[in-house]
Amino acid sequence: MSTVFIALQANEETRPIIEAIEIDNPQAIVHRQPAMVKIDAQGRLVIRRATIEEQLGRDFDLQEIHINLISLTGHVVEDDETLTLSWND
Amino acid sequence: MDMKVAKKKLGLKDKYKLMTRDLGWEPSYHSKDELYPYMNYEGIKIHDWDKWEDPFRLTMDAYWKYQAEKERKFYAIIDAHAQNNGHLNLTDARYLSALKIFLQAISPGEYAAHRGFARVGREFPGVGPQVACQMQAIDEIRHAQTQIHAMSNYNRYYNGFHAFADQRDRIWYTSVARSFFDDSMSAGPFEFMIAIGFSFEYVLTNLLFVPFMSGAAYNGDMATVTFGFSAQSDEARHMTLGLEVIKFILEQDPDNLPIVQNWIDKWFWRGFRVLGLVSTMMDYMLPKRVMSWREAWDIYGVENGGALFKDLARYGIKPPRGWDDAEKAIDHMSHQFMLGLYQWSFGTAFHSWIPSDADMDWLAGKYPHTFDKYYRPRWKHIKKLADAGTPFKNYGLARLCQTCQLPSVFTEPDDPTLTCHRETVYKGEKYQFCSDGCQHIFENEPEKYIQAWLPMPQLFQDPINGDLGEWMKWVSLLDGKDNGDYAGSEDQKNFEAWRGLATTNQ
Repeated sequence: MSTVFIALQANEETRPIIEAIEIDNPQAIVHRQPAMVKIDAQGRLVIRRATIEEQLGRDFDLQEIHINLISLTGHVVEDDETLTLSWND
Repeated sequence: MDMKVAKKKLGLKDKYKLMTRDLGWEPSYHSKDELYPYMNYEGIKIHDWDKWEDPFRLTMDAYWKYQAEKERKFYAIIDAHAQNNGHLNLTDARYLSALKIFLQAISPGEYAAHRGFARVGREFPGVGPQVACQMQAIDEIRHAQTQIHAMSNYNRYYNGFHAFADQRDRIWYTSVARSFFDDSMSAGPFEFMIAIGFSFEYVLTNLLFVPFMSGAAYNGDMATVTFGFSAQSDEARHMTLGLEVIKFILEQDPDNLPIVQNWIDKWFWRGFRVLGLVSTMMDYMLPKRVMSWREAWDIYGVENGGALFKDLARYGIKPPRGWDDAEKAIDHMSHQFMLGLYQWSFGTAFHSWIPSDADMDWLAGKYPHTFDKYYRPRWKHIKKLADAGTPFKNYGLARLCQTCQLPSVFTEPDDPTLTCHRETVYKGEKYQFCSDGCQHIFENEPEKYIQAWLPMPQLFQDPINGDLGEWMKWVSLLDGKDNGDYAGSEDQKNFEAWRGLATTNQ
């Protein structure tokens, strides 16, 4: 199974998002690099609005992620509740 | 008094439908063929434009909101950088060579991409791609502007930044990036999307931005980290568009597969050659290095590219034709480029230098099978010449590849001691190439590439007529300031003097 990843800027806004991703994707590996955090996952990675809101303590629109997004791979499926990255292999 | 009822927010899918699809209309007094005249000649068959999906479902209202926020963040940091003498926090002014190449060659590429997306957004009949291309066109011009703005702070203090626009048009090495974008813009709209949207953005752009911006962070360049990440935040959307484009085209008609495969082969190799300069930035130009070019390639080329092509195999897509040759070049190219830049440094609007012993030890560790065997001896020889007061300068003109426009400094994929050189005769004229990949691209479209403007023949035309001083004037290169070895340069002296002032009370 191929690896998908998402890379976010390392800042105060992304800290709760990264924590939420770790909660929802126990298989994910978090690499903390200069100024950025790259999260790898085998096959599939899910980002959930509800988990981010719990970490953040306020409402969150998943599209806010665009502000701090650096890069990603895999097919993207997004609706109001989740953003999923995956490969079909 | 009425009760206040919270207005129900539209879901993402409904909003996307209302604010993209519903903006389209059926033309009544012109035919679709008249409105979209470039839809058929490339041979791509599209049956249903509504099958196009933007996975992020970004609509223009949300786009402006988030872009405005990115700009506010960007300018807050750029202002802080300028107000706090940010340029003195650099590890070393050698680092600036990487920025100068970026400004002269890559930022104009962003502008070219803006023009390209503005054009194809007009030419595609589907509302989905029209909106996505419009966003990307605005993104790309934002990138060009924010990059030029961020780097203008360095122009107040250092050489080589002052004439990037002239150098974009005229200096020899920038024609590599310029010809790449001109090639894509003068192609049909579908080829442009595969060239820039898929091959460049999806397969290769991570190699440019991610390690380079981390490199800027490592080397104390807050301005570049900021424009880089601000641009990269759009890049994730571009990459997703690039992947969507290729799936859409392939799913529309099986006849599209061979055409698309041919474009992937072409644009992977074109992109690999353009990004070759990044290998030199990563291995040589960052005083504090993040990772080697080889390590970056393993992550973003082998792992991601591998996953991508494994995924696309279900459509019958194969990895690009030049993939194996690229892999064989990875452990050699940064060294071959830097040796080239050093020997022609009289003609570059940035500095190069001989790596120190410590730098060479680092390179030997990262390239255990190639550096000590092929490249350290050459650097040692060049160092000996420099120490003897007879530095190695190559005033001969480089033989340029007709396709990628790089000097033929690369070696045979299977023999690193033999320069790779290919020739094709077309209509009685001989054309030179750096590789099988570039020769193959030329032979598929010779009428296009024989029209290429090449910087070396320009040297013998007006207003230069073979005179080096006239050439320097024409490309706005200040001899003794912008060019040559970093050791002994004004940039080196000024940086050391100013840093001394900033950290002592003398």
